[in-house]
Amino acid sequence: MSLIKGVTLGQYIPADSFIHKLDPRCKLLITVLSMILIFISGSFPAMAMWASLIIFTAKRSQIPAKALIKSAKPILVLIIFTSLLNIFFTGGSNIIFSIGPLKASVEGTVTALRMGLRLYLLVLFTALLTFTTSPSELSDGLEAAFGPLTRFGFPAHEVAMMMTIALRFIPTLFEETERIINAQVSRGADFVSGGLIKRAKAYIPVLIPLFVLVFKRADTLASAMEARCYRGGKGRVRMYPLTWGSAENKALTAFVVFSAAVISLNRCM
Amino acid sequence: MAPVSAMLPRWRLYSWSNNLMSSGTTLYLKGAEFQYPDNEKKVLKGIDLEIRAGEWIALLGPNGSGKSTLLKLFNALLLPSQGCCFIDGINTNETKSVALIRSKVSIVFQNPEDQIVASVVEEDTAFGPENLGLRSDEIKIRVKEALISVGLWEKRKHAVSSLSGGQKQRLALAGVFAIRPGSLLLDEAMSMLDPASRKSFLDLIKREHSSGCTIVQVTHRLDEILNSDRTVVITDGQISWQGKTENFLSISENELKDMGFAKPPVAVLKEELVKSGIIPGSTRSDIGEIRKKLCLLQ
Repeated sequence: MSLIKGVTLGQYIPADSFIHKLDPRCKLLITVLSMILIFISGSFPAMAMWASLIIFTAKRSQIPAKALIKSAKPILVLIIFTSLLNIFFTGGSNIIFSIGPLKASVEGTVTALRMGLRLYLLVLFTALLTFTTSPSELSDGLEAAFGPLTRFGFPAHEVAMMMTIALRFIPTLFEETERIINAQVSRGADFVSGGLIKRAKAYIPVLIPLFVLVFKRADTLASAMEARCYRGGKGRVRMYPLTWGSAENKALTAFVVFSAAVISLNRCM
Repeated sequence: MAPVSAMLPRWRLYSWSNNLMSSGTTLYLKGAEFQYPDNEKKVLKGIDLEIRAGEWIALLGPNGSGKSTLLKLFNALLLPSQGCCFIDGINTNETKSVALIRSKVSIVFQNPEDQIVASVVEEDTAFGPENLGLRSDEIKIRVKEALISVGLWEKRKHAVSSLSGGQKQRLALAGVFAIRPGSLLLDEAMSMLDPASRKSFLDLIKREHSSGCTIVQVTHRLDEILNSDRTVVITDGQISWQGKTENFLSISENELKDMGFAKPPVAVLKEELVKSGIIPGSTRSDIGEIRKKLCLLQ
């Protein structure tokens, strides 16, 4: 049983590309803007343009198509569930078919397709950000973005460091969970048969050792970080200080021009 | 708060040499005791121990005897409940000097997964120097040197999760090398490694020791202590034996068994060869040295 196999969301794919080298603040800003704009521009041609931007960016940043497609795997269930809700609960006059009181209409199907595509595009944009930005760069970017809030007591550095550690430990904890599951299976635990409640109960012997392990690991990691002179954000510098240069200006300008074109197209539809 | 770099002498910041550590530090415990809160039992009881700069100490003892706690005292991760701990004359109780102490004494733990902070190899190596507040170009130099020395430079942009167990432990070592401490504390750092990785890890430690670094190595395996100068055995929070490693390895097999140790085969071989008068008693329990002596006989 391999839990992490095929899960690419949140992983960093190192490559020597223009996108990889961009300042994380620039990439964060573009991602947030794109998320808002995808929701504003809901027509199918506009979404096709967003998709083309994603494909272009992925190609330029040497991200394998397979990894990009797989990135939505963890939330595929959510997308399907949302789409089903939209199909049956949107309402409309053109009924395609009905299952008891549930009626699937043409309008509902179109809304479901639109919502599903929107969610898929959002995930792809986020995946592109994590594929091309290492967790440390990402947390540096977030720390800089939240920087002004520190005046109001917001722990920007701590939040960023927590995110770095969380992303660092995703693969490790997947491996540990897999190991515990295998150990329990070898001792006769059954995770596949029975109803939902029985199967949920079967995971208790996995969760308890996992929690114990996580707390022990957190304790040792805290000691290791202290031993490596970590004292919080004060006095801490970066090997690659964040720099906003002409490359970032060009990328942002290109994105703004592209977004304007998409919004114009969306209005015309 | 001033960066640690402001407290360090200039030569420590801009040195470029083959050895990645600065010259060895002196570690000193005087009547050190330690007791965890909510626990009546003392983990360490009146430890007096002086480790000279450049010395290699093997710290042995059964599980729960206090070896790891002792290492944490040297790194100021824990402070003695009673007595004192000095690093190059600096008392670890001085809160202001904690950062300086940690830049002088670094620790490598048993499981590399527990000490790697960043997701990318070079970013994790840079973690220590970044905390020291060094200049960006100095950090890059240190990271490069450290990764080259452990043979991971080619993998600098790789994800940590893609490394093998041995490579992860070497990365943990690179993270420590980049700080350039004078002392290296190894808390069973080789126990999770396969024989090949253990050998390459031990070779790295030998190289750093030969360039003047102080080594304190906690282990359960006597074949790992053959390169150490002195052995200290801790039992129930107290030093129960200390002396030259050669003398420790000369203790009879049965006596060692009573202490909970198994004599390494190379020490048994040396003993037999010395008994038979084939090699002199002064020969170290080192397979290379024994081989040399035997070749000379031919």
